[in-house]
Amino acid sequence: MSNLSYKNQRILIIFLFSLVPVVLLLTFSYLPVIKMFQYSFTSWDGFSKNMEYVGFDNYKTIFTRPEYFAVFKVSLYYFFATFVQMGLALYFATILSFNVRLKNWFKGILFFPTLLNGVAIGFIFLFFFKPEGTLNTLLDLAGLGAWQQKWLLNPHLINISLAFASVWRYMGMNFIIFLGAISSIGSDIYEASEIDGANRWHQFRHIILPSIKRILQLNLILAVSGAIGVFEIPYVMTGGSNGSSTFVIQTVDVAFKYSKLGLASAMAVVLLGIVIIVTILQRVLIKEEK
Amino acid sequence: MHTLKYSAASFFKYLTLVFGALAALIPIIVVFFASLKTNAEYASTGPLTLPENWLNFSNYTKAFVDGNMLLGFMNTIIIVLISIAGATLTGSMMAYILARFKFKGSKLLMGAFLLATLIPGVTTQVATFQIINSLDLFNTRWAPILMYLGTDIIAVYIFMQFLDSISESLDESAMLDGASYWTIYWRIILPLLSPAIVTVIIVKGVNIYNDFYTPFLYMPKSSLQVVSTALFKFKGPYGSQWEVICAAIMIAIIPTLIAFISLQKYIYNGFAQGSVK
Repeated sequence: MSNLSYKNQRILIIFLFSLVPVVLLLTFSYLPVIKMFQYSFTSWDGFSKNMEYVGFDNYKTIFTRPEYFAVFKVSLYYFFATFVQMGLALYFATILSFNVRLKNWFKGILFFPTLLNGVAIGFIFLFFFKPEGTLNTLLDLAGLGAWQQKWLLNPHLINISLAFASVWRYMGMNFIIFLGAISSIGSDIYEASEIDGANRWHQFRHIILPSIKRILQLNLILAVSGAIGVFEIPYVMTGGSNGSSTFVIQTVDVAFKYSKLGLASAMAVVLLGIVIIVTILQRVLIKEEK
Repeated sequence: MHTLKYSAASFFKYLTLVFGALAALIPIIVVFFASLKTNAEYASTGPLTLPENWLNFSNYTKAFVDGNMLLGFMNTIIIVLISIAGATLTGSMMAYILARFKFKGSKLLMGAFLLATLIPGVTTQVATFQIINSLDLFNTRWAPILMYLGTDIIAVYIFMQFLDSISESLDESAMLDGASYWTIYWRIILPLLSPAIVTVIIVKGVNIYNDFYTPFLYMPKSSLQVVSTALFKFKGPYGSQWEVICAAIMIAIIPTLIAFISLQKYIYNGFAQGSVK
């Protein structure tokens, strides 16, 4: 290779180095999207040889039959849970960026759940919410026995319980990102503000918050698409029963359990559309603010 | 007055911290307790009761053998190693090209990689499944490996960010010595990227170890089970033996705990960098 001129080497290396990544990107990121659009106009079952073209029938089914769209209500629980999650993360990141005893212990403990295996977390919270499980025992211990509930059997509570598990799982991730952002603020800024008589709240409001605004917004975007795409926790814990099914669980069931690949593709197209619209909308709004 | 107010605030601070720490730990600790109890003991005691015998590992043996966890760990390790090696190579090559050469279509290429992050992988599974199937990769380890390489392109970003901080004058002086682009990449760029490689290893390793739906959808064959899917199989048949399920949960958690304690610093940095695109 070193016998070639740099100009020829350049062409060769650009071609060789990008070949595999580009082929992988096209095959597994873009081709599925194209195929999904194509399937969504058919009544294909996923394995037979011929695909029948049905026009917009699948889309009509989704938008006219309420049971297909109702599951979006479930996303709202996760969406609100996201704010709780970010609020907690911001609170803990702020207090742990100042002097605290056992700082590293608290940091490690609050972050650790995020690293855990998704199935293990699902099982941990099945155990937590069981009728004879951790939560009810704790309530009993605290003298709040009257508050005991069947957390995963009561359709009014099931999504709140699942969203709680989701907060437990993802809070640490936001926390560590916020902590990193806050600790990059120089200590001289705090010192200067203290001379000016600022208290902790002023420092939070006027120093910390503005400097991590962008990261907050980015995490919010990720959280919204995360709420729409919830799958693992409800699937592992309840399989989507008792009104805890999400749009993704439903799509996977329609595709692989009921072999309606055409319909499932149309559902996935709708989902992808919503995620992209929400993301673009937020990016535009954020850009305008700047 | 001022000190009173100050210590009240400080009290509140520690109260919330302890409460947060307990909320993070208790769900895991009770599972640990249950994993050490015998079947009769589990049935007769509450979740907060300490196990009688702290060295009763019979549930662990049972979970490990019956759940064939060894196979799960083997498959996970194979998939993690190949995926990470692949992501490091393809990611660093792509990043090297995009960061160092301006050519026709380089903007387009960069845009294509950026846009792909907007597509949540879980939405396109319906069609990805057909692609894997038509490539005859269903029920092979290559299905998840290729998907981790093709859809999770975070490695490219991490490397590109890091390449910006490696001065181009290094490349130029190597070229004066007659080094080829390949030599520059292999001898200069790749070794200098090692902090970024550590980040990629951690972020990808944790993601792959914890991933459930990819192996669940694409490798249902029981000889190909990974840790996640092996654990998932305990649901149902062991419904009346929660102490065994709890041992299985702990078996899946312990490697993460060991990795966290021994690599703490790198893990914090890795996730802080890896998640802010």
